Amino acid sequence: MPADPMPLLDVRNLCVSVPANGGMIRLVENVSFCVDEAEIVGLVGESGSGKSVTAMALMGLIDSPGVQVRGSARFRGQELVGMAPRALRALRGRDIAMIFQDPMTAFTPVYTIGWQIDEQIRAHERLSRRAARARTVQLLAEMGVPDPARTAQRYPHQLSGGLRQRAMIAMALSCNPTLLIADEPTTALDVTVQAQILELLRGLRHSHGSSVLLITHDMGVVAQTCARTLVLYSGRMAESGPTATLFARPAHPYTAALLDSIPPLYGPRPHRLPAIAGLPPTPRERPAGCAFGPRCAHVHATCLPAPPALASIGPGQQAACVLPAEGTPLPPRATAQATQP
Amino acid sequence: MGALGVLAFITCACLLAPLYAHDVAHSDPFASNVAGSIVLGGQEVDIMQPNDNPLHLGLSPIGPTGHAAYLLGADSQGRDLAARLLYGGRNSLLIAACAAVLCLVAATVTGIVAGFCGGVVDAVLSRIMDIMWAVPVYLFAISLSIVMVSQTIHLGPFTLGADSLLIPIFIIALVYVPYAARPIRGRVLALRQAEFVLAARSLGVPGWRIMLLDIVPNISTTLATLGPLLMALALLAESALSFLSLGVQAPQASWGTIIQDGEGLIYTRPLVAVAPGLAIVAVVLALNIVADGLRDALDGREGAR
Amino acid sequence: MIPTLLRRLGQTLFVLFGVSVLVFAVFFATPGADPTARIAGRNASPQIMEKVRREYGFDRALPVQYMTMMKKLFITRDLASYADRGELVVPQIEQAAPVTACLVCGAAFIWVSASIIMGTLAAAFRDTWVDRTLMLAGLVGISIPVFWLGQVTNLITQSRYHDTWLFSWVPGLGYVPFSEDPGGWFRALVIPWVVLAVMFIGIYSRVLRADLVALAGEDFMRTARAKGLSPTRVMLRHGLRTALVTFVSLFGLDFAQLVGGGALLTEVVFGLPGVGRLTYRALTNLDLPVIMATVMYSAIFVVVANAVVDMVYLLLDPRVRDAR
Ligand SMILES: Nc1ncnc2c1ncn2[C@@H]1O[C@H](COP(=O)(O)OP(=O)(O)OP(=O)(O)O)[C@@H](O)[C@H]1O
Ligand code: SF4
Ligand SMILES: [Mg+2]
Repeated sequence: MPADPMPLLDVRNLCVSVPANGGMIRLVENVSFCVDEAEIVGLVGESGSGKSVTAMALMGLIDSPGVQVRGSARFRGQELVGMAPRALRALRGRDIAMIFQDPMTAFTPVYTIGWQIDEQIRAHERLSRRAARARTVQLLAEMGVPDPARTAQRYPHQLSGGLRQRAMIAMALSCNPTLLIADEPTTALDVTVQAQILELLRGLRHSHGSSVLLITHDMGVVAQTCARTLVLYSGRMAESGPTATLFARPAHPYTAALLDSIPPLYGPRPHRLPAIAGLPPTPRERPAGCAFGPRCAHVHATCLPAPPALASIGPGQQAACVLPAEGTPLPPRATAQATQP
Repeated sequence: MGALGVLAFITCACLLAPLYAHDVAHSDPFASNVAGSIVLGGQEVDIMQPNDNPLHLGLSPIGPTGHAAYLLGADSQGRDLAARLLYGGRNSLLIAACAAVLCLVAATVTGIVAGFCGGVVDAVLSRIMDIMWAVPVYLFAISLSIVMVSQTIHLGPFTLGADSLLIPIFIIALVYVPYAARPIRGRVLALRQAEFVLAARSLGVPGWRIMLLDIVPNISTTLATLGPLLMALALLAESALSFLSLGVQAPQASWGTIIQDGEGLIYTRPLVAVAPGLAIVAVVLALNIVADGLRDALDGREGAR
Repeated sequence: MIPTLLRRLGQTLFVLFGVSVLVFAVFFATPGADPTARIAGRNASPQIMEKVRREYGFDRALPVQYMTMMKKLFITRDLASYADRGELVVPQIEQAAPVTACLVCGAAFIWVSASIIMGTLAAAFRDTWVDRTLMLAGLVGISIPVFWLGQVTNLITQSRYHDTWLFSWVPGLGYVPFSEDPGGWFRALVIPWVVLAVMFIGIYSRVLRADLVALAGEDFMRTARAKGLSPTRVMLRHGLRTALVTFVSLFGLDFAQLVGGGALLTEVVFGLPGVGRLTYRALTNLDLPVIMATVMYSAIFVVVANAVVDMVYLLLDPRVRDAR
């Protein structure tokens, strides 16, 4: 782990539970990670592994009845969990901004793009309408939107998916946030646009000094973009560490399986992660031991009684698997694809 | 649950109307009894009582007596209000239920045919529904009623008397067909693209079979919630028509006609108009709550799937 | 844009035609009954019957009858009421229309404001006692027959509590034209407004709440919250504004139906001389020409209002604007 005394975002043992059938089920269990200044951290996992729930919990955006968020998430030393709604609201959009998966539905359909970006600026800063709009247009231009002044006057449905996602990013960046949470920002876009948007996100570190928490289920994207990576499985951390290490020497069989499923960079792409047989358990039906057990090729007796604890493997790398401790770590991968950005 | 209880209670009470009139109240709810008198606790009392204004001018029907006979007092014709309420309820509920069922059947057929056949059939049926829906419901019902009530109608071997209960049933069912057919058609349109229907089609299953075996079971939730809603609407419409003397005809009673009877007595014997109104509100509210509950329950089931 | 407008116009004209045929059919082509007797009214002499038959062409083919009727309604406007000693029908309607319009506009104002407040509050306090109370109140409102509610309010305000300070300001039943006495106009109408609005408050607040609750799960509502907007602003500027699109289309239809005579029962209980009461008076003396004319009038009003609603829809929802 980097020796930085205080990371920008420090999440410790974050748990999110919702009531169901009389009890509480944990959607996210003991997730810990940190994001440093101007760093891109990847959060990967299959669909339903709790990536979005983690992100929404950080933003205080989960509003389903009876939800409980436990643990700690310190943003620049301020505790986010249990923060007063008003203070959290001031933070949202200004210091922590979020980009959502589907740009088609993420804008309110009855207002122009410009109006919606202006709205966010004016919610956090005392600015005239005109000044806000000037900033909006400038932001759109920075995000590579052609003819930004006119685009600002258009309605969401009139823009293509890529343009809309650019506008979304422009809106997220409108108040110069220090942390940008991007929840699968490219999933709904086609490949070329996807590459452009990722390029844009990578550039933010230099142009705006922003850190990015990039949520994705695509190991390929992680390899190209993130310095460090966190792998979630069924609401729990499977493994975390520097991307290069993780890609070269995965310590958790799930990470290894994910890496095997990286789609080729060129040619036809399968829609979602294919290779691992079976489905991840829903939070409701998580097995008692290692959640990955039912699908793991290395499953054995010690995996079953209790979920394996997260153990340090190497510099900055942690994994929740019994194999390394038992002295039978996974072999390093021959074709490590990681390319550090 | 409470709503269902209220419904069941009122329905049973109304079904027992003859029993009540004959064996409990010993009164005839249909014969005018303006000059009559009743025996209350051993005393003979006139049904029409002098008003309690200073000069005792005019006569009003007797108010609530607290005895089995004329429990709630009399109406303007000197008839037993409680017994009439029960008899009226019987008609109101009967008409509302029949109209709801008839309307639901007609709307289901229309909606399924329009949604399933599509194309010209759909266009024609939808335009017809548009046209019918353009006339305000109550005005449409009033127009039909006035035409049918003003003359005996001869249709081949059938003769429809002006006082037939079939007239309001038929009219109310008809005017609400567009209201119910629209959502049904919407559901069918969505189902038409569903995989099992497409599969059945590609296998060459005849259209009517698909409609009957695949479509109807799948719109049953829509139908189940529409049912009580339609009955609530029908009950309100029936009372409105009867209130305008266009529904149930004298000497038959319905809650609407009793309210109309009570209009003239509203300041002296308000109970005559208030009681049937309360009954209507209770039943319609219960029906609406049932519809709500059904929708929530069925939606939940669908969401869980 | 122009072709779609033209298509819409064509559709409107078609429905107008259809409605007129429907109304005509109801009154003059019902099987098994003679329309002459209906037009002429009760106990008409044979001469009058003969005159009516010739005037309306009842001895000729149905299409001719239809044309005659439309001509009398819209072109020569000399449709006369036989039950009412030859009084012309169309001017009567024109006289009654403003009363109805005043009644309905006031009620509409009340029901729109009340239901927006109730629906938004219920959605904001979703699943709490506030929500449940408001929605139950709405359901009760939907379940009350309007004419009965009118009678009960009359009972309270005109008789039982009329002598208390609460309702002593309530004038007797009837209408006061605005031009004569604005204050009296308001006092005469305010109770009918509320009574007429009750049912619609119920319907609209429930529809609005359902829409808002459904919208709360939408991505754009989440975006709005992620922007750091206050819950009030999210609810009003994003949720309510989007939900208004359906709200307005519903409103247009109900408003048109009421102005077209759907407020009949309210007018009758409160003795307001509007189109509805005109119809009611015609009902009681079986004056068919008047009934037919009012029904036709209202249907036309509804169709035209439909077209207007579509236009407003275009203004409110940019998606529809472009799709056409
Ligand atoms: N409010 C909620 N109440 C109950 N369960 C929830 C709620 N929100 C999410 N879940 C459940 O939590 C699990 C994790 O969901 P989440 O949306 O975080 O997955 P994800 O990793 O973002 O997947 P995807 O790649 O599909 O976006 C899922 O099983 C989901 O059904
Ligand atoms: S703990 Fe056991 S089951 Fe779980 S990933 Fe490691 S080897 Fe597989
Ligand atoms: Mg997600």
